Amino acid sequence: MTTINIKDIFNNMDYGKAPESPAPALEWLAQQNNKMSHFIGGDWHAGKDHFDSTNPATGECLAKVAQADENTVNLAVKAAQKALPKWQALSGHERGEYLYAIARLIQKNTRLFAVLETLDNGKPIRESRDIDVPLAIRHFYHHAGWAQLIESELPNHQAIGVVGQIIPWNFPLLMLAWKVAPALATGNTIVIKPAEFTSLTALLFAEICQQAGLPKGVLNVVTGDGSTGQHIVQHPEIKKIAFTGSTAVGRWIRQATAGSGKKLSLELGGKSAFIVCADADLDAAVEGVVDAIWFNQGQVCCAGSRLLVQEAVAERFHKKLIDRMHKLRIGDPLDKSIDMGAIIDPRQQQKIATLVQAGVDAGASLNQSTADLPKVGCFYPPTLLTDVSPSDQVVQDEIFGPVLVSMTFRTPSEAVALANNSRYGLAASIWSENINMAMHLTPLVQAGIVWINCTNMMDAAAGFGGVKESGFGREGGKEGLYEYLQLKTNSANQTKAPAAKQPAKIIEPVPGMDKTPKMYIGGKQVRPDGGYSYPILNNKGQLITHAGLGNRKDVRNAVEAAANSPTWAQMNAYQRQQVMYFMAENLSYRKAEFAERLVASGHSKKQAETEVQTSIQRLSYYAAWCDKYDGQIHSVPLRGVAMAMHEPIGVIAIQCPDEAPLLSFISLLAPALAMGNRVVMTASTAFPLAALDFYQVLNTSDVPAGTVNILSGNQAELTKPLAGHMNVDAMWSFGADAELVEHESATNLKRTWTHSNRKDWLNANQGQGVEFLRQATQVKNIWTPYGE
Amino acid sequence: MTIERNPGFDLNLDWLESIQVNKSAIERRAASLGTRRSVKKQHQTAWLLKAITLIDLTTLAGDDTELRVKRLCAKAKNPIRHDLVAALGIEDMHLTTGAVCVYHDMLSTAAKALEGTDIHLAAVSTGFPAGLTPLHLKLEEIKESVKAGADEIDIVITRKHVFAENWQALYDEVKAYRQACGEAHMKTILATGEISTLRNVAKASMVCMLAGADFIKTSTGKESVNATLPVSLAMIRQIREFYVRTGYKVGYKPAGGISKAKDALVYLSMMKEELGDDWLQADLFRFGASSLLGDIERQLEHQVSGHYSAAHRHAIA
Repeated sequence: MTTINIKDIFNNMDYGKAPESPAPALEWLAQQNNKMSHFIGGDWHAGKDHFDSTNPATGECLAKVAQADENTVNLAVKAAQKALPKWQALSGHERGEYLYAIARLIQKNTRLFAVLETLDNGKPIRESRDIDVPLAIRHFYHHAGWAQLIESELPNHQAIGVVGQIIPWNFPLLMLAWKVAPALATGNTIVIKPAEFTSLTALLFAEICQQAGLPKGVLNVVTGDGSTGQHIVQHPEIKKIAFTGSTAVGRWIRQATAGSGKKLSLELGGKSAFIVCADADLDAAVEGVVDAIWFNQGQVCCAGSRLLVQEAVAERFHKKLIDRMHKLRIGDPLDKSIDMGAIIDPRQQQKIATLVQAGVDAGASLNQSTADLPKVGCFYPPTLLTDVSPSDQVVQDEIFGPVLVSMTFRTPSEAVALANNSRYGLAASIWSENINMAMHLTPLVQAGIVWINCTNMMDAAAGFGGVKESGFGREGGKEGLYEYLQLKTNSANQTKAPAAKQPAKIIEPVPGMDKTPKMYIGGKQVRPDGGYSYPILNNKGQLITHAGLGNRKDVRNAVEAAANSPTWAQMNAYQRQQVMYFMAENLSYRKAEFAERLVASGHSKKQAETEVQTSIQRLSYYAAWCDKYDGQIHSVPLRGVAMAMHEPIGVIAIQCPDEAPLLSFISLLAPALAMGNRVVMTASTAFPLAALDFYQVLNTSDVPAGTVNILSGNQAELTKPLAGHMNVDAMWSFGADAELVEHESATNLKRTWTHSNRKDWLNANQGQGVEFLRQATQVKNIWTPYGE
Repeated sequence: MTIERNPGFDLNLDWLESIQVNKSAIERRAASLGTRRSVKKQHQTAWLLKAITLIDLTTLAGDDTELRVKRLCAKAKNPIRHDLVAALGIEDMHLTTGAVCVYHDMLSTAAKALEGTDIHLAAVSTGFPAGLTPLHLKLEEIKESVKAGADEIDIVITRKHVFAENWQALYDEVKAYRQACGEAHMKTILATGEISTLRNVAKASMVCMLAGADFIKTSTGKESVNATLPVSLAMIRQIREFYVRTGYKVGYKPAGGISKAKDALVYLSMMKEELGDDWLQADLFRFGASSLLGDIERQLEHQVSGHYSAAHRHAIA
């Protein structure tokens, strides 16, 4: 050490370098001859073609990674299928032991994982060491516990089978853990594909699984680019796809799997709001922004990338933020004193630069760190764009880089309006020292996760996932387990109800039935937009009456009525319950009338009476549930609470089946209403009368206008506009074309619940239950650290 | 660097009202300070040498004697073993601690012992540590200490004013102390372990600065909880706020509980990150510590020799 140096440092107090050694990770790569294989059926399979995996901080090639083709994917799926029976035959405790062993082994190799991750991805070693790897370990420990508890805590559920998992490059090991741990705990076997930029820690993980003695074929890792992903998505023997990545690819996966019966969970893009109220601890919020958008170079799906600051403090806050931004250290990701490392790839860097330039061209003010960036490697400075507005591309599009856009708001309602003015809905962060303000905004922001006075908090015990075009499904928490489970009744115990008989042709009208049922939109009876009606026959083929032939404009009107009618969602559970009991009561007054309708359609008197009586019971059943389908408080490691709240999905379009036309209508309407949704129901094409008559009950039961909208017509024609409607948040379809519904749902990534098997609606095990409530809700996880 | 002395300002209740402190957020920031920055090798050596120059080497015990205080002053003048100074090649830097801090009774001894050095002499005052003696006596005590050679006075605030949110009373008291200090610099001890909430700490910090504090200081060392990183963040962020609002830089002194070289490095990086390099100098930053120096010496010997050191190899204070 030179003395001059010490004196210089004493005077300038620089940090100097604190490099973590890459040697052990490079040695591990050298042991593989810097040429990686696939991990299939417990063995290493050398690939034919290879591509370079580079270190984004230096541009150097770390290893050659194999490109899996269709045959390789087939091999992996076969191995997973072969391993499935024995893996599922294990007790939960036994499966848990493997997960526990994996957690322990990652823990024994934490530094190797962290360094390898940083080399491959470019993220600061502090993050891979302190965040990615510990959270991954935590995920395996947590799910080791679930493996043991599932049998008792989630009875009537079983594994899905072989699952395909496709993970992104921003948190390679962590996203692997989020996917693999719950899938293994629930008894599935896996084919997983890491992102092509970052395959290395997944392969090190495979080695760990070998050491843990995980049975061959339970976990298979295939590497490759998007084409490998396509083979996984389209493989007929894969029963579930779990994907984290861009919304564009998620949309493609939704379309590609439409009608395949594959279960799907998508964790996609975001443009999450970061709301700073005037009474926030502004210094704390500034650090929050650092953790929100300058964490992992902003390449975080839930990054708080849209700053919304209350006008009163906007100037002060921006100044504090810019000062803080200039303190960030950017450079060698292996340096322990670095805040921001390298962008994943030059193409991503270029994309960021182009978007920022577009923002500046559109009038945004550019505030950017002036820190020296390394001469080599792929770096982009921390950036804040002010003077932007909701119409700017930089405000609307996910940039996936260290770029924050900032707007101001005047009132809480304006904050909500700006926050929700997005196709995405992954997360939101709310900063206020006023509990009333924070808890007021929380349910109003459309997001799967809300962080109050904190940001980017994650834990295995809490669900993670979004709403709107940020995808669906949850990872972590009890809610995440459902993504890898199915009801036992779905496969084995499904009784097929007899198909409703379709009338053949009109024979003759039934005398005395001249009532013309109309459609019901926005609380009013309306005639079909097209001005056409179609004949309704009984099961003998006799004309009973005519019903309106709805078209896409009726769909438009009904959805608009539902979307613009917030009252039902704003009512509390007790109020909704009162209305639903009232509906049951009013239906019971009209018992005879509804039974008569059913008889006219061909039911026997006894059948008709049973169906009406069961419908009344079902309304009461869901009225009872209104105030009892409670959320959870998750046990996350935090002085605070993580609340998993059940929220309504919004507008649900429901296609009713032909069988049990009144009961099936009620069985689908009631759970949706109980949870606070608004609905657009399309009545059975053949037997619409019970549904259309029901408006009379609605009208007399204080149901706010627009809450329930009922269309009639040819369901096949109504399906496409409904499934493709971007203001419909979910679609349940029974008997209709599942493929079309799922394909069209990709427009706005609405949730779908499709059924190929008919249900026996009279059977309570099939026609009602908590599963219906689960479909009618989504979980919002609200993190609230506290302390004074 | 010369720091223009904070002249004090009128009590501004609006500024106080706008103070918000989120404890959990501060704790998260505090927890990541040590993991976001790492200072190694000769940088660490230089930083530890800097830390030595920031120490208020302190003895505040009922059994203090003149001879004990002489020993303390000797250590303040020669904080590092001679052979280590030579090995580091820093003889010409003539490093000393920033100050010696004692009770009033020990001032004359200390003043004599420190004669001819740049080491400041600080006296704890105003009925330290409880501060509940009559005001006129507290003011007299300050004046006596200044007369006896103290150029820095560490006063304690009346905690009950904080609990009552009687900011005017707190302001008036501290302003009176400042006047009594005259040319001597005033450090205001908040007793953060007793006033408890970070919101109280932040507001009391601002009141003391408005009343003319040259330094704000955490603790007497007698409370059960002394300086912590979260408390420090709450205080130094008010220093930043005060600077932004008035243009005057006020110093910070965490006291008690900082005994490890590693902790000192985290405190230094915290000051550098939150306030800037000016707050890495003795006129704006001090450690109130007694055992920290020993640990720093052991680390320095490790840097020089490559071997871990032992406490008995370094002179006690």
